[in-house]
Amino acid sequence: MSHTHESTGIKSWLTTVDHKRIGIMYGASAFLFFLIGGLEALLIRWQLRMPDQTFLTPEMYNQLFTMHGTSMIFLGVMPFSAMFFNYLIPLQVGARDVAFPRLNAFSFWTFLLGGLFLNASFLVNAAPNAGWFGYANLTSKQFSPGLNTDFWVAGLQILGIASLAAAVNFTVTILNMRATGMKMLRVPMFSWMSLITQVLLLLSFPVITVALVMLMFDRMFGTSFFNPAGGGDPVLWQHLFWVFGHPEVYILILPAFGIVSEILPVFSRKPLFGYTAMVFSGCFIAFLGFGVWSHHMFAVGMGPVADTVFSLMTMLIAIPTGVKIFNWIGTIWGGSISLKSPMLFALGFIAMFIIGGLSGVMHSVAPADLQQTDSYFVVAHFHYVLFGGAIFSLVGGAYFWWPKMFGRMLDETLGKLHFWLMMIGFNLTFFPMHMLGLHGMPRRVYTYADKMGFNEGNLLATIGALTIAVSFLVFIWNIIKTWRGPANAPADPWNGATLEWSIPSPPQHFNFAEVPTVESRDAWWHIKRAKGGNVGEPKRYAEDAVLMPNPSWWPMITSIGIIIFFVGLVFHVNLPVILLGAGVVLLGIFKWAFEPPFSEAH
Amino acid sequence: MAHDAALHPPTSTGLDNRKLAIWTFIGSECMFFATLISTYVVYKGQSLRGPLPHEAWTDPATGQTLEHVFSIPLVTFGTAVLLFSSFFVVLALNGLQTGKMKQFVGWLAATVVCGLFFIGMQVFEFTHFVHEKHLGFTTNLFGSSFFTLTGFHGTHVTLGVLWLATLLYLGIRGKMGPEKALNLEIAALYWHFVDVVWIVIFPVVYLMK
Amino acid sequence: MRPPSRFVRAALPALLLLVLAACSAGDSATFPQSTLIPKGDFAAMVDQLFMTTFWWALAVFILVEGVLVLAIWKFRAKPGDAEPAQTHGNTMLEIVWTIVPSAILAFIAVPTVKTIWRTSEAPGRDALVVEVIGHQWWFEFRYPEYGIVTANELRVPMGRTVDLRLTTADVIHSFWVPQFAGKRDMIARHTNHFWFTAADTGIFSGQCAEFCGTQHGRMGFHVVSSDSAGFQAWVAVQKGSAPDSAMAKDSLYQAGKQAFAVGGCMGCHAMAGQPTEKLTQLVGPNLSHVASRHHLVAGMLENTDENLARWIRDPNAVKEGSLMKLPRPMTEAEITALVHYLRSHR
Repeated sequence: MSHTHESTGIKSWLTTVDHKRIGIMYGASAFLFFLIGGLEALLIRWQLRMPDQTFLTPEMYNQLFTMHGTSMIFLGVMPFSAMFFNYLIPLQVGARDVAFPRLNAFSFWTFLLGGLFLNASFLVNAAPNAGWFGYANLTSKQFSPGLNTDFWVAGLQILGIASLAAAVNFTVTILNMRATGMKMLRVPMFSWMSLITQVLLLLSFPVITVALVMLMFDRMFGTSFFNPAGGGDPVLWQHLFWVFGHPEVYILILPAFGIVSEILPVFSRKPLFGYTAMVFSGCFIAFLGFGVWSHHMFAVGMGPVADTVFSLMTMLIAIPTGVKIFNWIGTIWGGSISLKSPMLFALGFIAMFIIGGLSGVMHSVAPADLQQTDSYFVVAHFHYVLFGGAIFSLVGGAYFWWPKMFGRMLDETLGKLHFWLMMIGFNLTFFPMHMLGLHGMPRRVYTYADKMGFNEGNLLATIGALTIAVSFLVFIWNIIKTWRGPANAPADPWNGATLEWSIPSPPQHFNFAEVPTVESRDAWWHIKRAKGGNVGEPKRYAEDAVLMPNPSWWPMITSIGIIIFFVGLVFHVNLPVILLGAGVVLLGIFKWAFEPPFSEAH
Repeated sequence: MAHDAALHPPTSTGLDNRKLAIWTFIGSECMFFATLISTYVVYKGQSLRGPLPHEAWTDPATGQTLEHVFSIPLVTFGTAVLLFSSFFVVLALNGLQTGKMKQFVGWLAATVVCGLFFIGMQVFEFTHFVHEKHLGFTTNLFGSSFFTLTGFHGTHVTLGVLWLATLLYLGIRGKMGPEKALNLEIAALYWHFVDVVWIVIFPVVYLMK
Repeated sequence: MRPPSRFVRAALPALLLLVLAACSAGDSATFPQSTLIPKGDFAAMVDQLFMTTFWWALAVFILVEGVLVLAIWKFRAKPGDAEPAQTHGNTMLEIVWTIVPSAILAFIAVPTVKTIWRTSEAPGRDALVVEVIGHQWWFEFRYPEYGIVTANELRVPMGRTVDLRLTTADVIHSFWVPQFAGKRDMIARHTNHFWFTAADTGIFSGQCAEFCGTQHGRMGFHVVSSDSAGFQAWVAVQKGSAPDSAMAKDSLYQAGKQAFAVGGCMGCHAMAGQPTEKLTQLVGPNLSHVASRHHLVAGMLENTDENLARWIRDPNAVKEGSLMKLPRPMTEAEITALVHYLRSHR
């Protein structure tokens, strides 16, 4: 293996173990999958713009809504968050890289190949079609004989492996690689929320891994874990899925909470209000998040005791969530608010998340939920928290950290245009869905009859979706237009509070030439204040000033082995292919383990 | 796994990154096995047909009686072997940490042998169930949940044996030393975890009726 | 560029009016499946509970969004602004804004728990028991009290509680007729108990509300609520099995009966006067009284001769992926005869 550190060329990107490059690759991949998921949404909305349309067949529609949900969650929001985990965590805690750089690369390649594998199902007209939560026993071989569900099972397992590996990596990084003086209660909020997210990943993904394995055994070998004919209970699937699925939604939102908590102070010129309350409410939400799963199952008939317990627990979780919203308002209150693009998205997040949170409280009322669940009301709720919440925040984060990552500022006017189009489009799309649901429109229906009172709401929603699409075209144009300019953004264009703003834009390979000693929260504000306010551009050093780990092929090769293994499994349990995949994985792991991470004798 | 210790800066918790990583991984694996064990418990007594773990079952269609499948003495012995292996790996680690290479290699070999014995016991048990007791993977809920749970555990044992055997091989070839003791310590932590999981599985599956 | 605060401040009242207008608007004719127009006891209880939650949510919305918008406007940056006071927090505020939401939630929690338990109580002894069995993609209804088996149209007597026993013959479905009650899932190896009492007469619309495969979108049904006399009249007709005597004398009737047998219909449908009359585990609905129903194809089409012919001619064209697969296409003559034959069975 070559030990030279190439900085350009495809090979350097394929073998990179640099967390910043891996972060950028996560971001680019996530954006690509997000656009695919968005296209799927547009096709859905086109089909539903009017009643009784035949633009899509029912089978096509079912594949599209399943893939839209699966893609947005696992290939959109999660890797988008992973971009920020990767790029920012070492910079915010004052480290030179993550704890395990090659494991980090492995996570990325596994995710990318898994996402491509999942989407490749379209090429054989067998995209997953049983909904993103794949309820048994619709997913049994009897009722889903095609490869669709097998692709879904395999895809999620591959993505789960990627997420688990990353979760171990970031947990160790945040706990173990903090700069001197960075006690836990001085860690920036994004990194704190990320830590909690990793713990949720570690504890929730194994549950769905087991559920997927059991489903796979049912489909491929004829067991009856979820098959009623053999004594199995389809409701067991729901329990296992939602024990994973509910923490998953906190996995989706906590990083977004963290991003908002970074943006608001900078653009209000005052610290986050109630830092300690914010940390503890985040922990409390995560903990409670494991106790509410059956609020997705109020219509199952679990009995009044279960319904009562889960109703009350769900209401309880509204309290720490409210605390966060109030602390964010407390942050901007009394500040000097600069309405630049990142701030617009962060404020938009708060406004939209309040609505999503309130419809969530409505869902917590079990008897009322019996009307709302499985209708467009819940579709409205989760889009308000996932799009109005997570996406608004992630996009805000993109505008905020863009200069740091790429050395270029995004255009402010285009940013504002993007924001307003997205804000209007989003509300136009999803607000009417509350009414559609309350007026009795079920979800996951490929069409609806005329004269049900559903026509106007659906048309509005379709117009809104097209508006959202236009807003993203504006974003893409912004990126292209500013990319043409020189990469000369300042290190600290926003007067940031945290350590990533203390190094050049983009940072050098080793991040910090000298890792600072931290004496307070908002470490960079503190350092600047101690220096009298004005610090010039940070000094650049020779690229090889600090020894960094070697690039490596083995993480990617191990990922390829995993894909081969699952391809063998999906395509009719093809034993030679499965064994080949396992072999490549073992080879990859052994070579990786025995490969020195650093060059000899520096 | 050759690292220069100088390239390891001090850590915030004082624990090596890799040790913290294995503990984190073990935390995740606890949920993995908790789910498998919960599934077994939920389906206990729910099988539509036999054979059953602790009691005989008569097929209402044919009148044929199938005896219970578990052989507690055999599994108890295997459990004891696995428990002893955890003790042996501690002795091996102690040897490596204090530079007593013969002690290290000897006790690590004993650990690997115990692990292999446990796997052998399970392979024997599984084939016995399938051929003589008429309990297959798809026979009933008991078969499915039992083989899935113990099969995954056995896979974890196998991977652990592979890991330890690799370290043993390196030890025999003279490539291990006290400065590399962390490598064995991490493998040993994993091994202890696999053992602890069995300590839960054994009473829940085999002893409780 | 206009300050966003003005836009948002204008939009908020407009949004409010829209919400109120949308909530208050609504009659059964415009919104035949609406949860906001309850016509039965269960739905009315739930609607009241929902409205309680809604008003609290609206109050919180106005207050919190209002403070947010106020803060953005009041503290917007002006040139030459000094650095604001670097406040880190306020413990008293943290306590207040933890306790106040908790109190509001308590006001919501108490009626919630009461309603959960009220709706879980067993219905009275004099309730009408109906077994509801989900199929891909239609609803089967059985009345054990009367020995009636029918499909896609649930007839209920106004004012008498209907005690539903829900299950499925295949995958999970969900029974949802919003104007009478919330939804309840239909799961294999489970029987879910559920009840409601119709407070009005009329025809009410329902749909399956759990994704159940290709044609989940067209798995609808209707609930026809009549007064006691109307219901008893319907029962009397359903219990009989003879066709309309005038129509049955027609040769077209015999041709239709023949087509039903040789065309393959018998394999999937129980039908009065055919060998499959008493079978219950069939793939398709019981057609013994198909002419008495207001709709065809799981609530999708009006029950007219033209629609019936259209359906028999090519089920896949009407409802793609339908499990009704004819062994061979029917001739037009057979279709005409079949329509006459089925029309005679009220």
